[in-house]
Amino acid sequence: MLGELREQLRSGSAEDYLCKLFEKIERSKLNGFTTLAKESALQQARDFDRDRSPGQGQGLLAGVPIAIKECISTRGIQTCCSSRILQGYIPPYDAHVIERLKAEGAIIMGKTNMDEFAMGSSTETSCFGPTKNPWDLNTVPGGSSGGSAAVVAGGEAPCALGSDTGGSVRCPASFCGIVGLKPTYGLVSRYGLVAYANSLEQIGPLTHTVEDTALLMQIIAGHDGRDTTSAEGKSDYLPVKEGVKGLKIGIPKEYFGEGVNKDVEKAVWDAIHTLEGLGATWQEVSLPHTKHALAAYYVIAMSEASSNLARFDGLRYGLREGEDKDWHTTFSDIRSKGFGPEVKRRILLGTYALSAGYYGRYYLKALKVRTLIKNDFLKAFKDVDLVAGPTMPIPAFRIGERINDPLSLYLADVFTVPINLAGVPAISVPCGFAGHLPVGLQLIGKHFDEATVLQAAQAFEAATPFHEKKPEVV
Amino acid sequence: MITRDDVEHIGWLASIKVEDTEKDDFVKQFNSILDYFHQLDEVDTEGVEPTYRVVDLANIFREDVARPSLSQEDALKNAPRSLDGYFKSPRIV
Amino acid sequence: MEDVIIGLEIHVQLNKLNSKMFCGCSTDYHDSEPNTHTCPICLGLPGSLPVLNKKAVEYGIKVGLALNCTIEEETLFYRKNYYYPDLPKGFQISQYDFPLATKGYIMILGDDGAERNIRINRAHMEEDPGRLVHAGTIDKAKYTMVDYNRCGMPLLEVVTEPDLCSPKEARVFLDKLKSILEYLDVFDGSQEGSMRVDANISLKGGDRTEVKNISGFKGVEKALSYEITRQKNMQRRNIKVVQETRHFDEIRNITVSIRSKVGAHDYRYFPECDLVTMRIASWVPAIRDALPELPDSKRERFVKEYGLADDHAKSLTSEIKVANFYEAVAAKASPKLAAVWIADVLKGELNYRDLGIESFQAEHMAEIVNMLEAAKITEDGAVEVIRTLLDKKGESPAEIVASKGLGKAEDDAVKKAVREAVAENAAAVADYRAGSERALNFIVGQVMKKTRGKASPGEVHALVKAEVDKA
Ligand SMILES: [Mg+2]
Ligand SMILES: [Zn+2]
Repeated sequence: MLGELREQLRSGSAEDYLCKLFEKIERSKLNGFTTLAKESALQQARDFDRDRSPGQGQGLLAGVPIAIKECISTRGIQTCCSSRILQGYIPPYDAHVIERLKAEGAIIMGKTNMDEFAMGSSTETSCFGPTKNPWDLNTVPGGSSGGSAAVVAGGEAPCALGSDTGGSVRCPASFCGIVGLKPTYGLVSRYGLVAYANSLEQIGPLTHTVEDTALLMQIIAGHDGRDTTSAEGKSDYLPVKEGVKGLKIGIPKEYFGEGVNKDVEKAVWDAIHTLEGLGATWQEVSLPHTKHALAAYYVIAMSEASSNLARFDGLRYGLREGEDKDWHTTFSDIRSKGFGPEVKRRILLGTYALSAGYYGRYYLKALKVRTLIKNDFLKAFKDVDLVAGPTMPIPAFRIGERINDPLSLYLADVFTVPINLAGVPAISVPCGFAGHLPVGLQLIGKHFDEATVLQAAQAFEAATPFHEKKPEVV
Repeated sequence: MITRDDVEHIGWLASIKVEDTEKDDFVKQFNSILDYFHQLDEVDTEGVEPTYRVVDLANIFREDVARPSLSQEDALKNAPRSLDGYFKSPRIV
Repeated sequence: MEDVIIGLEIHVQLNKLNSKMFCGCSTDYHDSEPNTHTCPICLGLPGSLPVLNKKAVEYGIKVGLALNCTIEEETLFYRKNYYYPDLPKGFQISQYDFPLATKGYIMILGDDGAERNIRINRAHMEEDPGRLVHAGTIDKAKYTMVDYNRCGMPLLEVVTEPDLCSPKEARVFLDKLKSILEYLDVFDGSQEGSMRVDANISLKGGDRTEVKNISGFKGVEKALSYEITRQKNMQRRNIKVVQETRHFDEIRNITVSIRSKVGAHDYRYFPECDLVTMRIASWVPAIRDALPELPDSKRERFVKEYGLADDHAKSLTSEIKVANFYEAVAAKASPKLAAVWIADVLKGELNYRDLGIESFQAEHMAEIVNMLEAAKITEDGAVEVIRTLLDKKGESPAEIVASKGLGKAEDDAVKKAVREAVAENAAAVADYRAGSERALNFIVGQVMKKTRGKASPGEVHALVKAEVDKA
């Protein structure tokens, strides 16, 4: 899709295309964008349209607009993580992924809404208000990259970047019926990604098709000396390998059964049988520590968050209101006013989990459980090439339904967080519907084996119509 | 069990003022979340090493080369309050 | 003062590095406008990530080895979480378990005159916070100004065991540490704030207090002395010394309690996941091989190679610059005479003027020592030459000797004056022969008068004696 769009723009007008998107966004009810970089984007489009000399516009995304999640630093464009505490902050630098996109000619059209500091699965906790699911405006788009998913699904941007700490790309991809990939930890540089839980998160694409995701990966993956956790070397993701013949797929028994919506379960089993029909084989595998993944994930994520979010105090950037008192009172007041309730909850619990006397019981214990979860995957991958299951146990829920019950919200991440704990790659592709709401199939691969993940996803996509279904957004 | 006093102390450590009106909610929520975390106690982790980083990389460095810094103007651009090239902090007591 | 127990934590800036610990900002910030040496990383802007300066680790290992420490095979960084406006991330990247270097020692000359090892508990790497400038005095200022130029400077924190027994010993220890760091060429102690000390002090059986962030070695001695007196007075009045953190007020020369919430220190250390493990065991042999000669070995060598007295050797090796200067002079002039003149005269003249050895040329010193040895100038003349050069009132020793007429009288002229004086003072000669030493001194004085002081009194004494004895 993006490839065709690029060709169209080359012979047509990038400016016209962009203007149409901006018009659509003006009328939109999704609340997916937070900031539109209209002026700079249109200027870039005009430059692209004007300069037709050979060699120009040859980038992989030349002239193609892209939407960027609020927490990825964009030079000159507000990056506030949908938090009041960071409103007005304009980075003086671009994230690595933004540099890479610009180098390939992509046009940064604006920033997208998210759960405040990426802490959530519903995009309801944003200081910009909730984003709505294009399939049903009364339901959440998933989160935390809900804005990115909604604007792609709603046809307001051809592609977007999100970030995934515990499912934040895959969950909204699943809820919005599009493709979303969480790369292997270390494959995409985190330089410029505002940290929530730095040992878990990766930037990933949200697109209409698997091939588009592969195209974005081709651009954003690869070593960056500014992120010491960035891996050396990278593979080519294009063209996506064809077919799934002979591929062995593991079905974890822990990913089915209690707590999983029946329609979701059925759609995922249908998908597995589709893959089987295409020549893959499946077998049951066990990921026995799955049931402890959520607790381990939340302990680790909250602990890291309590430290990562310590820098927001209104001194160097962000919110600073009222008369100064002594410094600690002033900072404490600013942080109390600037963070929303969910962010405060996680910072406070993370602080508690790391504090003297509790470190061993919570943080260290969670890291050991993390080892067991990682080992579960390593063991399964001795027998199979991929692991498949539902991305989310449920389809999108109604806005406001779970916001006052944090624990019930956490429980929805049960199948996405183990992947971040293990650091393996996983994709969510549309695989059917539960009622009128999309369902996502999650395909999980070995470390750095995005190629196989994409290959299976592409084969599935080619054999099914789900990615072609579009929501009827008003 | 986390108490109202604990919440206040954690707030002090985390530099977040917890309003009196918030305390009871936090106490309730924290205890139910911690209760959920305690299922980790069931897992036998005897002899298991903690995983700090999933990818085992070591010895990644930069060379000792100085590079241009931000201008003073750019460094202070986002500062809500600044004076004479400095960030203006509330007073230290 | 054997009832005093002191331990030190010394923050050393590895200021010979070009760039900061985790970013490319220059370390050369001292004469700069505030906030002109910062970047997204050292300002802690959201999304920025640290990347470790490799040379900082090499320097750290170098210091660890020079302090006789064990170097950890695998070491890592932690986050030390606390809030303060000089700390832009809300945590300091530091080390905790598995620090770079552990269990070493430095030998010092103790108060009892015996040499003794002061144990080093650990040496670990961390980043310097920014600098706070108070508008007005600390207790009255309405706000505080923050400059992050210093933020991210590479630091090595050296922690001793509580092995020091007096403020003076602390001072001797710090001098020795500074000396070693400068020998290793990882540190320049002349830069302001390049070495900052936290001191733990207690009296035997009592609780300890910690005095934080003392800059300057004189400050350490003063702060410790004040604190010991304070604790002793409290003991005498039966008041319990409470464990607390205190601040040294340099202006009033006292320590004051920093009131902090009880149990407030909870740094919530956990591994810094943005930095990877350092496996450095294989680096150690090469760094050990490349270690320069350190002060103690150099001192021993000076004694052996140049035949110096131990106190001269010690004085000449306490600073690497002085040791190098001495060896440059000793290559061109009498090593023994050079040692005396550099250690006893030149260093004193430099100290008096608050100058370093770089203010004097080794060439000039060699020339002066050679003139002394050839008896072309007197000792007083040599001192005069050194002073004139230091006061920048002369070009070279030879030129000063000539223009000031400091050249020692030619031997013939001296001998002639001796003969004349003996002939002119028959009475004194007779008195001397009768046993009066003073009579001989009188004749020597006459010779000095004739030669207008250009002769050496010692030599004249010998010549007069020989002349009288011969007659
Ligand atoms: Mg320290
Ligand atoms: Zn910097």
